[in-house]
Amino acid sequence: MSSTEKYTHESYLEHKGKYKGLLGWLTSTDHKKIGLMYMYAITVFFLVAALLGLMMRIEKIAPGPTIMDAQTYNGVFTIHGVIMIFIVVIPGLAAVFGNLFLPILIGAKDVAFPKLNLFSWYLFMTGAILGLFSQFVGGDPPDTGWTFYVPYSAESSTNVIWALSAAFILGFASILTGLNFIVTIHRMRAPGMTWFKMPLFPWSLYATAWIQVLATPIVGITLLMVIAERVLNIGFFDPALGGDPVLFQHLFWIYSHPAVYIMILPAMGVVTEIFPTFSQKPVFGYGAIAISSIAIAVVGYFVWGHHMFTSGISYWSRWFFSFLTFIVAVPSAIKVFNWLSTMYGGKISLKPPLLYAISLIFLFLIGGFTGLTLGALATNIHTHDTAFVVAHFHYIIFGGMGFAFFAGIHYWFPKMYGRMYSFRWANIAWGFLFLGFNVLYFPLFIIGLQGMPRRYFDYLPQYQTGHVISTIGAFILIIGIFMMISNLIYARKKGALAGPNPWKGVTLEWKIPSPPPLENFDEIPVITHQPYFFGDTNDED
Amino acid sequence: MKNDKHPHISSYNQHITVLLVLLILTFITVAVSGLHFSTFSVGVALIIASVKGATVLTYFMHLKYESLFLKLIVAGVFLVYALVIVLTFTDYLLR
Repeated sequence: MSSTEKYTHESYLEHKGKYKGLLGWLTSTDHKKIGLMYMYAITVFFLVAALLGLMMRIEKIAPGPTIMDAQTYNGVFTIHGVIMIFIVVIPGLAAVFGNLFLPILIGAKDVAFPKLNLFSWYLFMTGAILGLFSQFVGGDPPDTGWTFYVPYSAESSTNVIWALSAAFILGFASILTGLNFIVTIHRMRAPGMTWFKMPLFPWSLYATAWIQVLATPIVGITLLMVIAERVLNIGFFDPALGGDPVLFQHLFWIYSHPAVYIMILPAMGVVTEIFPTFSQKPVFGYGAIAISSIAIAVVGYFVWGHHMFTSGISYWSRWFFSFLTFIVAVPSAIKVFNWLSTMYGGKISLKPPLLYAISLIFLFLIGGFTGLTLGALATNIHTHDTAFVVAHFHYIIFGGMGFAFFAGIHYWFPKMYGRMYSFRWANIAWGFLFLGFNVLYFPLFIIGLQGMPRRYFDYLPQYQTGHVISTIGAFILIIGIFMMISNLIYARKKGALAGPNPWKGVTLEWKIPSPPPLENFDEIPVITHQPYFFGDTNDED
Repeated sequence: MKNDKHPHISSYNQHITVLLVLLILTFITVAVSGLHFSTFSVGVALIIASVKGATVLTYFMHLKYESLFLKLIVAGVFLVYALVIVLTFTDYLLR
């Protein structure tokens, strides 16, 4: 089909509400438009933080100052972390693809509380902008790292309060989105869609939403306690005032470790939609994948202490948290096993979404296994606070959530915009991204094992080779990112019409026009079979 | 999926009774803070607060009219928080 053709139905993109233009978008309570607004905002913040990351890599291409001084470096890695964690990876998949596709996948016209959904977006933007303000108002940019560890965050003369307030408000947005999704899934599933006839992306969103609702308030209060200690001199964490700095680490990681699952569970959900579609066969072990999402959420809530093995927690706590850390690997491994088994014997079509999804398995496994190195008490002592940790969590967060986001955008792009992108350029961009990613982060494992500390502005000459290779990888990665985004922007404007079901998918989003109409369905569908039912020729799961 | 709505109107007497219970528990919280339970003072305060929270959930938020499934989910939430608190403070006790 040519790019000049236009789809004939009125989609959510053309629908005119009470207001036109930008105001129409900013006041729309349509879940799909809110999802897109999250996506545009998150993409901009991602690019800013990625460029900050590139600057850090350039700085480290040689020992000593290269393009910035030490204090600037501290500020750059702090804002890189704050943006990436609180603005990009935690809300990323749930807020973007959850908003765009959760109601459609469960056969609903919208989320349970559309106005609350829009309010969440405004809270998100307020927090994000406040985070940016922390760089420019009053004193110096915050330099504590995204973890805000006391006692330094209670004493630093930089704009720590601005950054803490930003994270606090972003947390509210996350809680409200989670609450909205829980109620939506409980109350708005289509007739006949029992829990075990629900697609697996909504399952993962459900598990994620519970973590958002239960864990986020704890970090919110903790950040307020740091502000109270700074402003009112109340001794929560300062030993001189009767507080305990290790308590901050407990409270911070009670949220921030489950936050890893807030970002990885939807990532797992996205690729779980992709594998059956591009294998044209039902997902292997539907029940095991659904339950493993809940198991990861539950067990993942109780492993926070593995961030504190060297912080002076008790022997028995270390033993307990290390044991649970190994346990949480089991449901994660179940998912990987099921994804591979889904592809086994299928009619595999290696289109860009599947390419990214398979990459996720590769990168996530490296991240996961190195996580076990960090979860074991003995090896943790050696690798704690080294570049090894930086490599590990980038393999999990970027290799997991990031590549799932790329997989998701390539999978659902034709549904979101009704147009198809160039496969050739998508594959080339994937090559740059996959190569650049590994060249950037793998050397950090090696220099980390050799003793290179994380967050250091300067380093001994023996680590330079690793840093140089890593910086080269950063450039390759950035090229891949811009190539991928350019391909998608071009396709949005000039891509050929995609049709309602370009991938021959079987979940509900592929049974409505592309892009979807305002309220998704003319009639709410009645669900009679499993979500991954590929017809009579295949066995139903 | 489950969109059937059954309105439940609670009586004024019930509301006033719950309010009185909450006020009494608040007085008990204040009174107990004067007694020195050492390491267990936080635990005592949390137990009283949990009873107050459960009362609000049950009557003001109409949990008593909901399905067993939802009640179990709410109980699970309490359990999660209880475990988090126990694990954190156990670390302090064992250090």
